[in-house]
Amino acid sequence: MDKIYFDNAATTYVRPEVLDIMLPFFSERYGNPSSIYEIARDSKKALEHAREQVAKALGAQPEEIFFTGSGTEADNWAIRGIADLYKNRGNHIITSSIEHHAVLHTCQYLDKNGFETTYLPVDGDGLISLEDLEKAIRPSTTLITIMTANNEIGTLQPVKEIGEIARKRGIAFHTDAVQAVGHVPIDVKAMNIDLLSLSAHKLYGPKGVGVLFVKKGVPLKPLIFGGGQERNRRAGTENVAGIVALGAAIELASGELGEESARLSKIRDKIIDGILSSIPHTRLNGSREKRLPNNVNISFQFIEGESLLLLLDMKGIYASSGSACTSGSLDPSHVLLAIGLPHETAHGSLRLTLGRGSTEEQADYLLQELPAIVSRLRDMSPLYEDYLKRKG
Amino acid sequence: MLYSEKVMDHFLNPRNVGEIEDASGTGTVGNVKCGDIMKVYLKISDDGTVEDAKFKTFGCGAAVATSSMATEMIKGKSIDEALRITNKAVMDALDGLPPIKVHCSCLAEEALHAALWDYAQRKGIIIEGLKPPVNDIGEHDEVMAY
Repeated sequence: MDKIYFDNAATTYVRPEVLDIMLPFFSERYGNPSSIYEIARDSKKALEHAREQVAKALGAQPEEIFFTGSGTEADNWAIRGIADLYKNRGNHIITSSIEHHAVLHTCQYLDKNGFETTYLPVDGDGLISLEDLEKAIRPSTTLITIMTANNEIGTLQPVKEIGEIARKRGIAFHTDAVQAVGHVPIDVKAMNIDLLSLSAHKLYGPKGVGVLFVKKGVPLKPLIFGGGQERNRRAGTENVAGIVALGAAIELASGELGEESARLSKIRDKIIDGILSSIPHTRLNGSREKRLPNNVNISFQFIEGESLLLLLDMKGIYASSGSACTSGSLDPSHVLLAIGLPHETAHGSLRLTLGRGSTEEQADYLLQELPAIVSRLRDMSPLYEDYLKRKG
Repeated sequence: MLYSEKVMDHFLNPRNVGEIEDASGTGTVGNVKCGDIMKVYLKISDDGTVEDAKFKTFGCGAAVATSSMATEMIKGKSIDEALRITNKAVMDALDGLPPIKVHCSCLAEEALHAALWDYAQRKGIIIEGLKPPVNDIGEHDEVMAY
């Protein structure tokens, strides 16, 4: 069997039809959109076409779309931009404890510089409570930033309701939708979103391109200063090839969204049910119902995630884990700890994220190989030995 | 992050996995918080030679590989020689570890020392230069299985 890529939340490949569209912008169509002659105008037109494609996919206006260098940059810009814009009105930000580090570390930076952030807790499924949110709001709150879909456990937050609360209280609402766009329907108007971040390489576009949607009338100041690109909001010569590719990729993803998410949900459920029924001492992390169609996250007790990934790799299956050893720190994933997992169970988590290349056959192969791998690691685990002895 | 071929070999084909029923000494070190626990079993003959060594490890590739290598290295050694097996020696024998994994090799040295300490306690002897193990195992006893 060919290699099985179950790590689409980390990144996706560039779709061949998208690559075809972007390639000429590296060679023949290389003009700088800010220049005046023909090949520059060609680039400018392509750039604006991509802006329209992105706007359409989000239910936004083209002038509300700003291209950035990454989803992370979009998150940084949204949070620091709003904090700065309304600093005379207040210094309080509300976010959740399971945000991506692009959001969390930005808020933590602001906390050290005169701002104050409330990190809302989540329940066992990874959902914030709207009641908690209402209670956390102060007269000084200027920004609520809550992710649309969690990158580790796939939980979908009640974005529309959060947006409603924010709007009612006159607070700006930003959502990190990097894992959601192209996978679940997004409509910034219907969902009361003021600012939204997305990234091209999670939806079959290239790495190095992101977008910040900023609702008309929010005079966000730049994070990056320089030339007059992006209507004086985001300086730096545009990554035209990448932006054109993002436009094409998001248009394709929007068109296929319903069908593809139904297809992936089916494979996802097969994997979840298959693992939970065939391997004891396992649990699903994240909400069963309010979940990205392509996300599986399961904890295997008594074993450690990196070992699991290495053995899966030997079987040609690529996946990820929330264990400390794979996070590059000594602590396991903050998301898994926030939903209440004890450390050792957090260390034994496996994230499988499906994509366009995923098939039922791949799920069957995974389900066939996984039990032996888990047994092998449990057989060498002192924690499992202790458990068996305690059980008697 | 890249593991050496030797690390991968010892991870994929770990030597000495298991338990020794009538072990002369056992040692468990590590901490579920940071995700590594090593348990080492030693069988030591009357003349003070390490006849056999086994391990069980909950941990990453580096933790398993260092457990495997450390138990290989201690077999056949006298207690004095066993005490001189350092984390650096284990790491060198594995052709090195990525920087963030160096603590795994410390755990292997600590596990060997903890097992030797247990042996000394049981025998009622003092091994020159051996310190009591730091016991920071915790939490996992309280965890409910599901």
